[in-house]
Amino acid sequence: MVAIEDYGEFETAWCPGCGNHSILKAVKQALTGLDLKPHESIFVSGIGQAAKSPHYLKTNVFNGLHGRALAAATGIRLANPGANIIVQSGDGCNYGEGGNHFLAAIRRNVNVTLLAHDNQIYGLTKGQASPTTTQGHATKAQPRGNPSNPFNPVAVAVAMKANFVARGFSGMIDHLADLIKQAARHPGFSLVDIMQPCVSFNKVNTFAWYKERCYEPEAHDPHDWSQAMNLAVQWGEKIPVGVIFKGDRPTFEDQLPHPTGDLLYHNKVNRGKLKEIMNSYA
Amino acid sequence: MRKELNILIGGEAGQGLVTVGELLTKALVRSGYSVHVTQSYMSRIRGGHNTFCVRTATGDVHGPDKGIDILVALNQETIEIHQDDVLKDGLILKDKEISLDKQGLVDIPFKDIAPSTLFENVVGLGFLSAIIGLAQEMPEGCIKSVFGAKKPEVVQKNLDVLSKAYDNASQLGLEEFKLDKPENKPGLMMTANDAIVLGAMSAGANFCSYYPMTPSTGIPMSLNAKGAAMGIVVEQAEDEIAAINMAVAASYAGATAMTATSGGGFALMCEGVSLAGMTETPIVIVVGQRPGPATGLPTRTEQADLNLVLYSGHGEFPRAIFAPSGPEQAFDLTRKAFDLAERSQGPVFILTDQYMADSYRRVDPLDIDASQETAKPLDSCPDPQSYERYAITENGVSPRLVPTLGEYLVVADSDEHYPDGHITEDLKVRVKMMDKRLKKEDILRSEIAVPEYWGPETPEDLVVCWGSTLGPALEAMQKHKKGTMGVLHFSQVWPLEKEHFQDKLLSASRVVFVESNAGGQLARLITSLVKPAESAFILRYDGLPMDARYILDRL
Ligand SMILES: Cc1ncc(C[n+]2csc(CCOP(=O)(O)OP(=O)(O)O)c2C)c(N)n1
Ligand code: SF4
Repeated sequence: MVAIEDYGEFETAWCPGCGNHSILKAVKQALTGLDLKPHESIFVSGIGQAAKSPHYLKTNVFNGLHGRALAAATGIRLANPGANIIVQSGDGCNYGEGGNHFLAAIRRNVNVTLLAHDNQIYGLTKGQASPTTTQGHATKAQPRGNPSNPFNPVAVAVAMKANFVARGFSGMIDHLADLIKQAARHPGFSLVDIMQPCVSFNKVNTFAWYKERCYEPEAHDPHDWSQAMNLAVQWGEKIPVGVIFKGDRPTFEDQLPHPTGDLLYHNKVNRGKLKEIMNSYA
Repeated sequence: MRKELNILIGGEAGQGLVTVGELLTKALVRSGYSVHVTQSYMSRIRGGHNTFCVRTATGDVHGPDKGIDILVALNQETIEIHQDDVLKDGLILKDKEISLDKQGLVDIPFKDIAPSTLFENVVGLGFLSAIIGLAQEMPEGCIKSVFGAKKPEVVQKNLDVLSKAYDNASQLGLEEFKLDKPENKPGLMMTANDAIVLGAMSAGANFCSYYPMTPSTGIPMSLNAKGAAMGIVVEQAEDEIAAINMAVAASYAGATAMTATSGGGFALMCEGVSLAGMTETPIVIVVGQRPGPATGLPTRTEQADLNLVLYSGHGEFPRAIFAPSGPEQAFDLTRKAFDLAERSQGPVFILTDQYMADSYRRVDPLDIDASQETAKPLDSCPDPQSYERYAITENGVSPRLVPTLGEYLVVADSDEHYPDGHITEDLKVRVKMMDKRLKKEDILRSEIAVPEYWGPETPEDLVVCWGSTLGPALEAMQKHKKGTMGVLHFSQVWPLEKEHFQDKLLSASRVVFVESNAGGQLARLITSLVKPAESAFILRYDGLPMDARYILDRL
């Protein structure tokens, strides 16, 4: 059995009261709930406050570049078919700098789980608007209010029939841990967009603001795409949390020409075959 | 009887000139002749003016040539553009319908022999092969191996057409274009791109992510076509940024990874190069150069991305850059690139160009069983609990393990980090880690592919070149009247050790830098280490490959 302590305790660089602390707790709960040993997972992140999360866990880590976590995770998945691969990064990282990779990851349906810490702001660079910042929301960088319409990652993921789409809230730790567990178990690309207060820079979408609005819809069938689409676009006075959509597209890896189920590392050069290939140039 | 022939086939894209050219080249190589192919094409799929030029000889050929012995014109424009390059004792083969009033013309009755336009290229192949004296079995065999696999039912039709073309051509009574007996054994026909693919596979490459860009696309395409059966994963990424991040991360996860692109795509990859430097992850990057800036001349050639590659990526970290001169060297240096990338745990580059990517050559069988295996990451460690991915070591190289294979944890980071991989802002640690990373350059320096020299002991003119310009330089040396010219070729352009070349540079009366670029990029690197008494430049940047005449005319 795996215990929470196996994942270690670290001093973090986050502000007290930041949603990241609770997300970290939920992640540890999920990993122990899944009975995964620390070396069985690979955590991949980009750059930002959220992207530091894997450093506060005992596990394998690839902490790459801003926005590129999903591209990196795709490479890791193709090289390693068996690991539990979790991507953890912010809204700016995944939907801004990494927007193209977000779309590509859903299209490919690689078997990775994306935990997007969505605080609707850039934390690490001190408070500029992010792709999910509400229109009109004033920040230091957008003092007259953010002029752009926000990106809705959940609706986009449902529209593209991502295999697993959920919305969580850092203030509902057990609920979130359960979502992460379900996401990790579901084959193909899974998104858990996690609403998270940033106490330092987002004075609009506060803990209380989310708390007031989050609700778990009753009797929702996540296999029903139109129902899911309706929930995905609900945002405002009431915000639905939980599993929004579940699909069953085959995973990218299963469609490779020669899926072996083994690490690419174990691939041996077949010299006989290679000689045949060389002779095809004669 | 001829010892050498320069044959140029010209026409529009879509007329099948590449098929004729490739089949003819294959037939020549299988017969034991040497070949040197220069392809020139426009950035369009149909129409335009394209050429496929095969220079062939009984002995060795080094580069392209200007004067045409046999011009095959598939359209009117080819005649108009190239008739003046046809040598005095040359020949023009053309379709009956192309009009030109000139001596030495032979009409090929394409339409009379071919049952449909589809077969016209085989008519052209038959005429050419017959005129230059290839036994009919040669093009026959090539047709069988090229068409046979795809559509066996089409083969017989093509063979019948070929046979008619041979009959027709024999009635012409042309004897003076027949080639003498070849000096070599039958060989392989391949481009540098093909050789890179074979070199990569023999080094154990099993992952390639890329985004299509001429002239490198052929590499992942043929890795995909030929390597799938060997379990090689090739992924077309959403862009070059994703391509390199995928490859670096796959390498972190234990794959032997590469990517291939061209200057424009590589510009986007630069942050990923830096990531490989910081995370100390091996990766081989092939950059096929073409003229820039920006999209430049997409299908022409140049050697102007040395600076981009040399300085790519922010921050400081070691790297090696190879610049093979042709297929044989491309094979060897690709193997070496994978080995060095793993041993120095960082990026290693192979710089090629469009000219070399598309230039078929005759090559002796490659050493597929290459005696030495290339380096690989470790698969276990004695004490998993205390494993540190970036442990400080004597030579700067830390043990690299594959995550999830054992109970150890592999933590890789793009931020500055402690030996255990975790992020830090401790500035003392920073200095230690920088020193450790930079130390790895010693490994690269001890393994430099030393520049090669040809020519007299102390040359008057020392031609210094790199990459694909070697062939033309060697031919210029052979044709040089006074015989006082020497050639120094760099197949590795970084790192450089002046001990490897300063004697030659200082003993020559004049050093002439020959490069396919406008800035003399290698010359700047070399002269920053050694200052020759007198130097000159022969630079070409019109998008066409360097050739011997170009060098000799300007020497
Ligand atoms: C290529 C690149 N561009 C910009 C940055 C600077 N940068 C660091 S984090 C960040 C935004 C982080 O926002 P988000 O992803 O929402 O994460 P948060 O800090 O809010 O958790 C930016 C722009 C960078 N590190 N790299
Ligand atoms: S700035 Fe915001 S996101 Fe960053 S640690 Fe502080 S509260 Fe959290």
